[in-house]
Amino acid sequence: MEDIHARFHIDWPGFRLDVDLTLPGRGVTALFGHSGSGKTTLLRCIAGIERVSAGRLTFNGEVWQDEKIWVPTHKRPLGYVFQEASLFPHLTVLGNLRFGMKRASGPVRVSLDQAVELLGIGHLLDRKPDRLSGGERQRVAIARALAVSPRVLLMDEPLAALDLKRKQEILPYLERLHDELDIPVLYVSHSPDEVARLADHLVAMEEGRVIAAGPLKETLARLDLPIRLGEDAGAVLDAVVGERDESWHLARLDFPGGSLWTRDRGIPVGRKIRVRVLARDVSLARQRQEETSVLNLLRGRVDAIEDEDHPGLALVRVRVGESPLLARLTKRSASALGIVRGQEVWVQVKSVALME
Amino acid sequence: MFLSDSDLQAIWLTVRLASIVTAILLLVGTPIAWWLARTRSKWKGPIGAVVALPLVLPPSVLGFYLLLAMGPHGPVGYLTRELGIGPLPFTFWGLVLASVFYSLPFMVQPVQNAFEAIGDRPLEVAATLRAAPMDAFFSVALPLALPGFLTAAILTFAHTVGEFGVVLMIGGNIPGVTRVASVQIYDHVEALEYAQAHRLAAVMLMFSFLVLLALYAWRPNPKKAG
Repeated sequence: MEDIHARFHIDWPGFRLDVDLTLPGRGVTALFGHSGSGKTTLLRCIAGIERVSAGRLTFNGEVWQDEKIWVPTHKRPLGYVFQEASLFPHLTVLGNLRFGMKRASGPVRVSLDQAVELLGIGHLLDRKPDRLSGGERQRVAIARALAVSPRVLLMDEPLAALDLKRKQEILPYLERLHDELDIPVLYVSHSPDEVARLADHLVAMEEGRVIAAGPLKETLARLDLPIRLGEDAGAVLDAVVGERDESWHLARLDFPGGSLWTRDRGIPVGRKIRVRVLARDVSLARQRQEETSVLNLLRGRVDAIEDEDHPGLALVRVRVGESPLLARLTKRSASALGIVRGQEVWVQVKSVALME
Repeated sequence: MFLSDSDLQAIWLTVRLASIVTAILLLVGTPIAWWLARTRSKWKGPIGAVVALPLVLPPSVLGFYLLLAMGPHGPVGYLTRELGIGPLPFTFWGLVLASVFYSLPFMVQPVQNAFEAIGDRPLEVAATLRAAPMDAFFSVALPLALPGFLTAAILTFAHTVGEFGVVLMIGGNIPGVTRVASVQIYDHVEALEYAQAHRLAAVMLMFSFLVLLALYAWRPNPKKAG
C-alpha cells in the first residue's frame, strides 16, 4: 500500500510550517484549515513546487526529498489541480489534456477517453479556454491532471474560486473520481461541507501545525477539534437508504448503530449515502420524549464532555451503537440533566444533512 | 525614377542592417529578458540598468565607446584581429555590432515585460504536467509571450532604421557599406539637394508611421488565462 510521509519545517517572517505526518495512500485525505494555516504550502511542498531546505518526503518508500535527494516536480508521478483552473490559454481543451499526457511515462492508469468521460467534457474538446465557463474550466483542469495517470492527485481548493452553483456542478464529478478511480487524493479545503462530503481521512491544520489527523468520522467526533469548528461542528455517518415511506414522504437511513428518518429526496432503497448531523441539531434527554415533533429518537451512551469556547456551552459526544454523534448543550441543561460519562441518554436529532 | 540609385542602395542597406540586428537580438535578447524576468539575484538591478543605458545615453557617447572597443587597441579590436577578421569600424559588421548594443533595450524590455506578465503559475502547471524547465520555456512561456516578441521585433527593427549618431561614429559614410537612409538624407541636405532629401524623408516618414500604426492598431486581445 502506498503512503506519503512528509516532514517539513519552514520559518519565514510571519509564516511557520512545522509538520511531520504520514498520509494514507488511498481514498481522499482532506488537508483542512483556515487560510494561512499552511495547508496549501504543505501541498506545494509535497508537489515540489515549493522547495524547503529542511524537509523530507517519501512516497511509497521512494525518497522525493531529503538532505541529498531532490526530485523536481516534473519527475514526480503526481497530478495537481490549482485553485484557479490555470489552463494554457494558447491551447484548446484537447491540447491542454494532451500536454501532460504525451509527456507522462509509466503505466497508463487513466486514459484520455476515461478522463474526458469522467469529467463530462467531451463536447468541449475543440474550444479554447476563454470560451469555457468557470465550472467547465475547472473540470478540464481536473481531467488534465488525471490524464497524466498520476499515482497521487493533489487538489488545492479546486472549488474555492467558484460560486455555489458551479460547486454543485463539480462536486458530483469529484465523487465519481473517488468511487471509480483508485488514485489517492490530497484535497486542500477550508470548507467543512466539502470535507464532510468527500474525505475519508482528515488532517486539520492551524498556524502551520497539524492539530488532528485520522479517519474522518473518528477525527470529526474528537471534541478538541469540533470546538474550533464552531457552528460547523458535527458528526458524519455513512448510511444506506433502508426504506421509503411513501405515505409520509420520508426515507429511513440506516447507519451502524441505528437509523434516522429524513424527508424523502427520491434516493432509491439500497443506495449508500453520507449524512452529516450538526451538533447544534442534536439535543439530549434523560427520558424518552413521547410528545415531540422530533422524529428521530436514538438510544445512546455519553462518551465524553468538553467545555466550549463560550462559557455557557458544552459539547457532548454520544455513541449510538458504534457511531459517534455530537450534541451542543448549554451547561445549564447539562447540569440540570446531570449528564456524566457513561450515562444512557435519549438522543433527539432535529435535522440531517444529506451529502450529495 | 522617384528615388535615385544611391537612395535605393541606402534603403536596401538599411533594411538589411535592421533585419540582421533584429534576428541577432531575438537570439541574444531572449535569454537576457528571461533571466531578468525570473531572477531573484541581486544582479538584476545592475544588469537591467546596463541593458537600458542606450535609452538615455547620447548615441555619440555610445558610438565613441564602441569605437574605442572595436579599435586596434580595444578588446573587441584585439579579438577580431586575432581571429583574422580585421578591424570592425567602418564596416557593415561593425555597424551590426554597434546596432545590437544600441537597440538592445528595445528587444529586451518588451520581451521581459511579456515574460513577467505570464507569472509563475503557467510554469508551475507545466511542471506538474511533466514538462522539464526547458520544455516549459518552449511549449508554454514562448507561445504566451508571442505578442511581446512581435512588439519587440517591430520596435527593434524600426529603432535600428532610425539610427544616425551611432552610424556616423562607427560606420562613417561609405556608400553601399555603411551609408544607411538616415545618413543619406543628411548628405542630401548638406549638398542642398532638398528635393531628393524630401523624397527619402517622405519614405522614412511613411515607414515610421506604418510601423507605429501596426503596433497600435494591431493589439492582440489579452486572452484570459484559464
